[in-house]
Order: sequence, then C-alpha cells, then structure tokens
Amino acid sequence: MTPAMLALERVSKSFLRGTPNEVRALRDVDLAVAAGDFVTVIGSNGAGKSTMIKAVAGFAIPDEGRILLEGRDITRRPPWRRAATIGRIAQDPNESTCAGMTIEENLAMAERRGRPRGLRLAIRGDARRRFRDALAPIGLGLEDRLASRVGLLSGGQRQALALLMATLSGSRLLLLDEHLAALDPKTAETVMRLTDRLIAERRLTALMITHNMQDAIRWGNRLLMMHGGRIVLDVGGAEKAALTVQMLVDKFHAVSHAEMVEDRVLLTA
Amino acid sequence: MVAQLQALGLNMLEQGFLFGFLGLGVLITFRFFRFPDLTAEGSYPLGGAVAAALLVSGVHPVAATLSAALAGAGAGMVTALIHTKLKINNIVAGIVVMTALYSVNLRIMGRANIPLLREPTVFGEAVGWLNGFGLGWRENVYTTILVAFVLLVAAGALLVWFFSTDLGLAVRATGQNEPMILSLGVDTDRTKMVGLALSNAFIAVSGALVAQNHGFADIGMGIGILVTGAAAVLIGEAIFGDRGILTWVVAAVVGVVIYRLLVALALRVGLEPVDLRLVTAALLLMALAVPRFRPRLLR
Repeated sequence: MTPAMLALERVSKSFLRGTPNEVRALRDVDLAVAAGDFVTVIGSNGAGKSTMIKAVAGFAIPDEGRILLEGRDITRRPPWRRAATIGRIAQDPNESTCAGMTIEENLAMAERRGRPRGLRLAIRGDARRRFRDALAPIGLGLEDRLASRVGLLSGGQRQALALLMATLSGSRLLLLDEHLAALDPKTAETVMRLTDRLIAERRLTALMITHNMQDAIRWGNRLLMMHGGRIVLDVGGAEKAALTVQMLVDKFHAVSHAEMVEDRVLLTA
Repeated sequence: MVAQLQALGLNMLEQGFLFGFLGLGVLITFRFFRFPDLTAEGSYPLGGAVAAALLVSGVHPVAATLSAALAGAGAGMVTALIHTKLKINNIVAGIVVMTALYSVNLRIMGRANIPLLREPTVFGEAVGWLNGFGLGWRENVYTTILVAFVLLVAAGALLVWFFSTDLGLAVRATGQNEPMILSLGVDTDRTKMVGLALSNAFIAVSGALVAQNHGFADIGMGIGILVTGAAAVLIGEAIFGDRGILTWVVAAVVGVVIYRLLVALALRVGLEPVDLRLVTAALLLMALAVPRFRPRLLR
C-alpha cells in the first residue's frame, strides 16, 4: 500500500501550556489524506483549523503525535525543509507575496522553491516569457505588469499571484488558510475557480479552510468539520455531494453546546 | 569666498564617498532587514583597526583593506548567529557584539590610536599605479575623490547585482516577509547571516578607508556611526523615494554626501565639533519626520 500524501497521527498542540489560560488547539487529531484529495475544512473560530495547517506547514510544532508527508516524518522539520512539497497561502494577501518586490521577482523566488539559491541572476533566460505564459490564463492582466510592485495590486490579484507561486514549481500539497476571506464576493469567486482549476491541472492534494459552508460543500471531494481541537465530521464522495448547509449547521449544533444563535449567524453568513 | 565654497564642496565629496560604503552597509540592515544593526558601531572601528594594524606591520594597503572587509563580515556573522541560534532580539545581539568589539579593537590595535601618516594607503597606491601609465599625478584631494568614487561605483554595482540574484532576492525577502520566504524553502538563518556579513563588510571597509584618509585609526571612531549611516539612508530615501534596488543604492550614497554637506555647513555657521552629535541627531530626526509632511504628489 502506498503511504498517504499526508497523515496526522494523534497530533496535539496547546498554546500557553501550563498556564491557567492554556488553549488546547489540537487534541489527538488523526487524519489521512490520499494523493489527489481536495479536502475542505470548516469549523468555528478556535476549532483548530489554522493550527492544523500551521502544523503541517511547520509553523507550529506539535506537542505530541507525528505528521507524515508521503510517508516521511516531518513533525519537527523547519518550514523551509518542507517547502519543496508544500505550497501555502494565508488569509492576508500580505503574507503570501512580497509587497515591496515586483511580480517577476516574486515569481522568480517561487520558481526556485525548495532548491538551492546561488549567485545567478534571478530573472534570466526566458524567465519573463515563462512568467507571462503562466500569468495570462488567470485573465487579470498581470502578464503585462511583470515589473510592477506587488503592493500595487488588488487583494484578489495578489491572492491569484500567491496561488500561482504556491503551485508553480513542483509542490504537491497545497494548504489554503481562508485565502478568500479578505476578498469581495465576486473576486472570491474568480480566485476560487482559479484555485480549483490549478488543483485539477497540477493534480495537487489540497487542504482548504473556509468560513463559507457553501464553498466547503461545492468544492473538493471531502469535507472536515472541526470543533474544540477535534475533527467531528469527515465525509467524502456521494455523501459529501448530498450535504446541505442546514445539515452542517445541525451537525454543528449537535457538537457544540453553547452560543447557538451567534453561531448560526456566523456559519450561515 | 569661491575658494571657501570649493574647499567645502571637495571636502563634502571626499568624505561623502568614503562614508558611502557605510551608507551601503547600513542600507542592507536598516532598510532591507528593517532594524538598526548596532554591530556597525563596532565593525566600523574594527575595519579601521584591522587596516591600521596591518598597515603598520607592512602589509599592502589593498590586502589590509580587504582584510578589514573580512573582519567586518565576521562581526556581522557573529551578530547573526547570536540572533538566529540563541533566539536573541536582533538589536540586542548587535549591542552584545558592539560591546565585545570595543575590547577586540583595542587588542588588535594594542593602544587607543594608531597614526598612519607615514604608511602607504590605497589612495596613494592607486595614484602610483595610475602614474605607471605616465600621468605624473600627485596624490591630493582630487585623486582621493576619484579613487573613492571608482571604488564606490564598483561596490554599488556589486550590490545591485547581488540583490538581483536568486540568493539576493531571498535575502531581501527575508527582511520583508520572512514567513513567505520560509514557505518557499529558504533557510532564513542563513540569509540573515549573508545579509549581516555583507552589511558589516561594507561598513568595515568604510572604517578602513576613512582611517587611511584621515591618517589614523582610533578606538572611538565608531561612536554614533550607525546614526550617521541611518540618517544618510533616510535623507537619500526622502529625496529619491522608494523605487527599487538601483535607486536605493544611489540614494544611500547621495544621502551620505548630503549628510556630510549639512555637517560641514553646520561647522561653518559656528557650531563646534563637540556639537556634531547633536547635529547628527537633529538630521536623523528631520529625515525621519520629513517624509510624513511631504505632499502626496511627490510620493
């Protein structure tokens, strides 16, 4: 049997450990993601979604448990030693691109993902043509603005660029931490379609956190709901396709015992 | 009057170009890494000390200046290691190394001041080399300006090239967006080391050149040097704005020259050398505050 693309084995992570304010962000989380799976992740604030993504990316080291990437234990590897395989986009467009550098410089940095960086000019040979070819299908006109600073772009343009950077060069696992949350609905739709297309085209495995339950149902082939640091719902295939927002809300209420009204507002928004 | 202005202008260019290396070094930490690296206060006199100690023991000025660069790079690496491996705040790491370097510099020099008036310098050597082509020049303020300018252009070109390479982009991104460049597979402990080594190498070269030009190395020559460099970088930026790597490099050098001009003017209008730090502080404050008051159109 081939190992899963990504496996979490009894992963726990607490913040402010040993203080009265201890937060148990992940509690004995077990998860196996097969290559090619596109998993959407929902859950209220503090459910552990972001911590799970950060643990996979290497920005939060678990207190207990193991994380395996294609069968290799990466639990304690620093982020830069996982980057050859993992592409990641955060909610804030400022986090996944470099605002003070140009589009072509950002793409050149992304193109060298996980490979040694030496003293060759970053933009050399036919790099500009390659970048134009990669940017043109996005349809945002970025291919004509290679020398523009990324800070001049809109949030949607920056997230689209971030997507390209995350998928440009050999990454096999894509981590999306509410990458649409800062965008207006129309732009979010455009960027989401691009996300889906890139995942399909490059045959990526993907984990996408979203606050939008409709999106969680509509995209991907597997859905996780997290609550209190645990995975409380895990559905795939036909069962996932048959889900409705109401079913998710009901499931959520079944696992949470407080703040039902507030949560209904939050979850259906 | 004309002669006075001419002397002022020449002095401004001479000192400006010598301190230009300081501007380039401080640019890397202060602008790209966004923190004031106090290692400069130690690596600048370290450059002077290494060059002076080697010159008086008969080493060729070019070799002495290059050794100063290596020593400065080493100092920067120590700061980077303290910051990255011991997880100590970068400003504090700089203060630790700056403090240690004071004693190191005294050890290297063996005393607080080494006169170099009778030693050969890179400026004299360069004139001697040019005279090999039958120019018959004598070393004076003009030849010093020329030599310093050529060295500075070469150094600036080196920086522009470096910051356009794969490694150079990674170093810039480390200062701007560390989580992003980590996510792209860059060991930022290493890029910080490269950046700080490069920065302090330039700063040490500045110390070595100034010592050769002024005719002595002194244990106290580094006091306030970081503020000088930061003021220069900010003055340059206030004039040129923020328009990419080449502009930054040119702005840092122009900033130093203007800073020297303002200092020279301050002395002419009756301020005394003891007031210089006050002038420096005022200039730094102005350079920090002015961009806020610039009209939007100029931005």
